[in-house]
Amino acid sequence: MSSRIDSRKFKNITRRELLKLTPVIALGAFAIPRLREPLLKAGLGFSDWASAKMFRSGHLAPTFEDSELTPFDKFPINGYDVEDPGVNFAKWQLTVSGAVQKPGDYTLAQIQALPRVAQNTRHVCVEGWDVIGSFAGARLSDFLTMIGADTTARFITTECADDYYESLDMATALHPQTILCYEMYGQPLTREHGAPLRLSIPTKVGYKQAKYLTNLNVTNVLEKVGYWEDQGYSEFYGL
Amino acid sequence: MAIQTLEIEDAKTGEVTEAVYEHPFIVRLCHWINAVALFVLVGSGLQIFRAFPSFGAKIPQKDLLHWPKAFAIGGWLGGALQWHLTFMWIYIASGVLYLGYQIFSGNYKQVLFVRRDVEGVWPMVRHYFFFGPKPRIKEAYNALQKHAYTSAIGLGVLSVLSGFAIWKPVQFSWLAWLMGGFHWARLWHFLIMWAMLAFLFGHLVMVVLHGWNNFVSMLTGWKKDPEYIAE
Repeated sequence: MSSRIDSRKFKNITRRELLKLTPVIALGAFAIPRLREPLLKAGLGFSDWASAKMFRSGHLAPTFEDSELTPFDKFPINGYDVEDPGVNFAKWQLTVSGAVQKPGDYTLAQIQALPRVAQNTRHVCVEGWDVIGSFAGARLSDFLTMIGADTTARFITTECADDYYESLDMATALHPQTILCYEMYGQPLTREHGAPLRLSIPTKVGYKQAKYLTNLNVTNVLEKVGYWEDQGYSEFYGL
Repeated sequence: MAIQTLEIEDAKTGEVTEAVYEHPFIVRLCHWINAVALFVLVGSGLQIFRAFPSFGAKIPQKDLLHWPKAFAIGGWLGGALQWHLTFMWIYIASGVLYLGYQIFSGNYKQVLFVRRDVEGVWPMVRHYFFFGPKPRIKEAYNALQKHAYTSAIGLGVLSVLSGFAIWKPVQFSWLAWLMGGFHWARLWHFLIMWAMLAFLFGHLVMVVLHGWNNFVSMLTGWKKDPEYIAE
């Protein structure tokens, strides 16, 4: 069945077959320091784009029974939250700006007057650990309605009393489980957990859920993405 | 499927050797892309693991092992995630291309371990571990090889599924549920990596033992002097 060929001809065949594999060498571009950073940035960008496509606004994160909760004292606090950002609770207000009809300062009482949502959801840290916590607050979407936000804008950005800052895509901001959280485990937020107001977003990884909120802005343009994102973390990181 | 063979006549001596076209182009391409991707994914995965080297609670944290930074890729958690989230797409793309090609070309029969391969297992085990006679086979892979490759491909699929359960435990909550929840999926992802590394160790040992002609066949497709008789 097999035909007979000359060894030189065979060498030509095998050389041609070997050369077909040259596309694999393109992966070597990742080994070149000058190309590495833009390539990884593009890779992470693609990953974020795919993540946004996978996000379904009607799909709820799993919720849990009270018996499944991680005890409050076992709910981790980041090292940099040990320092008190020195929030003056008596004078605290959330300053709203950007693409909204009613910009200005909002008190905690105004936020607490919105329908209260309580949920036991999983909090996943980028490091890999996870806990199930009890969170309560107002839906961010209700608050956006109250301030007359333009929900066709692309992002919500937040500033925090501890110089942390974050941004959130509008689809996630409007998700029914995304809350402006003022209670954990049925008690007002403690200082370590971001008192008096933080974000709780069960469809996002931990670092997107900013604590010690002071400012909220509705915008189409991001000048900066987030405290960790601007150091190289994923911008979208939806769970 | 008919196996392509050639008789090669040496231009000088006139000696004739047989050669078999063992690995189609797509298989070779995917093999080497996968080799690079797996290297990066394991290295960056271990750096990610270093951020929380435990599968228990965060408080109190009991570390499982302290993996040395020298054997990890990315330098820090954020860097490692960039590598991981970039190369996972390359890994998935080459996996999908490989599986699609194998299924539609029928070439999967070369590697897929099926029921009739069971009887070939014991003779091969006897040969490898107890110096028994070498069983004569008529195809590229013996029963144990097919078992190893089929398992490795299965592990590859599981690594992607467990990875998605960790990366998207909400959007793919059913996947995370199948793995016993986010927390367990992370352990599965880790264990699957070690199973793949165990395969890789055996694979590399066999590559060394089987010599140059065998190694070259994964580059050019052609294997000179095959040990089996091709039809």
